[in-house]
Amino acid sequence: MNDFEVRVSTAVKYLRMHALAAVAIALATTVAMAATDAPQPEAGHAGHHGDAPAASAPASGPAMGHGDMQMDMKMQGGSPPPDARDPHAYSGGYTLQSGPYVLGSERQLRLADEKAFGTVLFDNLEAVRSHGNSSAAYDALARLGRDYDKLVIKAEGEVDDGKVHEARTEALWSHAVATFWDTQLGVRQDSGVGPDRTWLALGVQGLAPYWFEIDATAYVGDGGRTGLRLDAEYELLITQKLIVQPHIEANLFGKSDDEREIGKGLSDLTVGVRLRYEFTRQFAPYVGIEWAGRFGDTADIARTAGERTHETRYVAGVRFWF
Amino acid sequence: MLSLSPFVRPARAAAGPATTGGAAVLRGTEFSLVVAESPVNFTGAPRMATTINGSIPAPTLRWHEGDTVTLHVTNRMRVATSIHWHGIILPYQMDGVPGISFAGIAPGETFTYRFKVEQSGTFWYHSHSGMQEQTGMYGAIVIDPRDGETIRADRDHVVQLSDWTDEDPMRVLAKLKAQGDYYNFNQPTVVDFFRDASNDGMKAALDKRRMWNQMRMSPSDLGDLSATTLIYLMNGSTPAGNWTGLFGPGERVRLRFINGAANTFYDVRIPGLKLIVVQADGVNVEPVTVDEFRFGPGETYDVIVQPKEDAYTVFAQSMERSGYARGTLAVRPGLDAPVPQPDSRESLTMADMMGAMGGMAGMEHARTPGMDHAAMGHKAGMHHGGMAMDHSQHAMGGAANAAASTKVRHARTEYGASTDMRVDMPRTNLDDPGVGLRDNGRRVLTLADLHTVGGPMDPRGAEREIELHLTGNMERYSWSLDGLEFGRSTPVHLRYGERARVILHNDTMMTHPMHLHGMWSELEQPDGRFQARRHTIPVQPAQRISFLVTADALGRWAWHCHLLLHMDSGMFREVVVA
Repeated sequence: MNDFEVRVSTAVKYLRMHALAAVAIALATTVAMAATDAPQPEAGHAGHHGDAPAASAPASGPAMGHGDMQMDMKMQGGSPPPDARDPHAYSGGYTLQSGPYVLGSERQLRLADEKAFGTVLFDNLEAVRSHGNSSAAYDALARLGRDYDKLVIKAEGEVDDGKVHEARTEALWSHAVATFWDTQLGVRQDSGVGPDRTWLALGVQGLAPYWFEIDATAYVGDGGRTGLRLDAEYELLITQKLIVQPHIEANLFGKSDDEREIGKGLSDLTVGVRLRYEFTRQFAPYVGIEWAGRFGDTADIARTAGERTHETRYVAGVRFWF
Repeated sequence: MLSLSPFVRPARAAAGPATTGGAAVLRGTEFSLVVAESPVNFTGAPRMATTINGSIPAPTLRWHEGDTVTLHVTNRMRVATSIHWHGIILPYQMDGVPGISFAGIAPGETFTYRFKVEQSGTFWYHSHSGMQEQTGMYGAIVIDPRDGETIRADRDHVVQLSDWTDEDPMRVLAKLKAQGDYYNFNQPTVVDFFRDASNDGMKAALDKRRMWNQMRMSPSDLGDLSATTLIYLMNGSTPAGNWTGLFGPGERVRLRFINGAANTFYDVRIPGLKLIVVQADGVNVEPVTVDEFRFGPGETYDVIVQPKEDAYTVFAQSMERSGYARGTLAVRPGLDAPVPQPDSRESLTMADMMGAMGGMAGMEHARTPGMDHAAMGHKAGMHHGGMAMDHSQHAMGGAANAAASTKVRHARTEYGASTDMRVDMPRTNLDDPGVGLRDNGRRVLTLADLHTVGGPMDPRGAEREIELHLTGNMERYSWSLDGLEFGRSTPVHLRYGERARVILHNDTMMTHPMHLHGMWSELEQPDGRFQARRHTIPVQPAQRISFLVTADALGRWAWHCHLLLHMDSGMFREVVVA
């Protein structure tokens, strides 16, 4: 290793420690949503057990049902048992760049697992109509990197009268920690109403059982500001190309920020559903409806300013990626 | 995405368009092969292919066992290339894997391969560089036996199946990395759910989906690609192009089937004809008569047919049933026979996901009213689940190393992000034709039907065991062995001269054709009895199979899944024999 590699590797270790802290924070605060890798009783195999005897063959019955539940719990995730096999045990001490018949000290064969891939997804790019007012909104995600480590950019915002009314942009290092889960560490920049705010972001993003897409991120900003953003969505295939996408998002803050019209506690909640038609996997127009509400101190601030605390929005836009 | 393949650029040395739909036959001991970019048009859209001597497939090379062949391969492209002689036993420097056997063939250079041919039968050759195999670089090798042919036939046709995409294959991979089910348009829908609920009851419909959804796996995940991007070719002809092989009335016709596809498993049959399988991977087997066989990229089967009518359709449907390759056997050009519809799709079963345990779990579902479809699929797993357990008990009482160990040992690197499932109670039976072919009313070839003539090449038993697990994560579209992609792996070391047992344990829901370069893979039954000598062994979902290898070939060798996208994603190991 040269000096640069040493520095990089130290930095990576440091970041990893922080990523673990992020997981801890995010998991602790989002147990209900994110920590669902074990089967959930209400949707899991409870029903299966309850009436298994009636529906099962005599030979199998409840015992077998139980067996298969244990199976599926062990089939994914978990940590290796102490006697797990060493994947390098057969190497005889040789590596891809050392040992007999090697072509050179520098490895020549590199496959796509060492190649970076990138995509940019506009999940929403839409016109919004609410109480006679029109605006535009975007929600985009860019990813660049290899299978297990990526640079992720998330950008979400509203544009009203040609001006950015509210925008959140995050740049994160996304690191795969489990089959369906990545931890994310980086920065968030808020702009729009009031002064800009910068946050350190720590979160998890992934796929919960039953295909729920979860994004949960905790933030720490200047002056002891803290925040939490929870986002979940689901894709329901009516046909192979007609897809319903329910979505829920909540923002919580540890401290009020009057200049940005934010109160502490649960600040806002958005629940929506979009119906899209995928002309191709990469291009799908949609229509949707959203209900957005402000709560607690945030709602009070809005009332004082003479604004609505909740509204229904009609949206139409396109989802596309490249 | 961010990668631009050279394949979409205009050719530097563009000659005329590629010849498709047939291959020249080159004979002798000295061959000149020229690799270049050539325009092709399979779909109505012009594209650039990578070709050998300007044709797709490349010329059929006809060798004679015992000869020393010399092959001059000239690279007229602007990127490096290579040719690998698939299944040929030769010195490692001649094996043609860039970065392992040699440095590759740089633009403008000629590399000369020279080796003695010590085997006979049907084999093939292809590029081992990047995605060039997908873009047209594959051809057949037919080697005549030194002591004369023992398989009697009046006529001989190579039937090489392949697949073509108009997209840049690296772009296809990029799309799959972004969305693993990009090309799967047969996913369970709400409409399907209500149909099931109305036919079978709400509970059955929920049960059918519960475990799949809980595990975030899809029962429709039969193939990564589909006719959405692929067009299926037979000897370089599209289905409309209808490759035609001629025969004379009353002739015995030998068909040398080669799966030279980059990413497609084919289910092959010729309605109206029995197929007498006489050779697998270039090695003669005791003749076995079937209606149909499945084979994956890299595998070959030679079959004898005895046509009576004037025309028959050679029908090769893709495993995920989105399309087919097709040609005709006829007494004269211009004839055709009815072309069947692809079979309806069958979903993966619990046996495919959970192995023997899935079969057992399937038992209770099988009795649930209205779950006929699931029950049908489970039948195989149910029966075999029992078998696997019997064998494990049998093996425990037997002599050490007489049969493959049945104790499943997952690698510690299988518990992370690279792996989406692990099978604890695998299926070990070899008599399952696989999903979509079970109980289809036809006699379908299985591995258990293959018996190599003359038995194993080496009478020794295994001195030790090597266990490798086939792993992947469909959601991330990553593929690996023991949860480690090639870039994170270390080689498998075989001691020169040793006889080792390799256990391949499939912890994924896909079938992987595993190809070991340089040495034969001698497939064995679960009880340790010899089954068949292969160069490419398909391992079904949740299956655990074993083979013996004699490490008689010094050097470094490649060992990988022959689905090109899986290989390039890292389902690849280097082997060091020293």
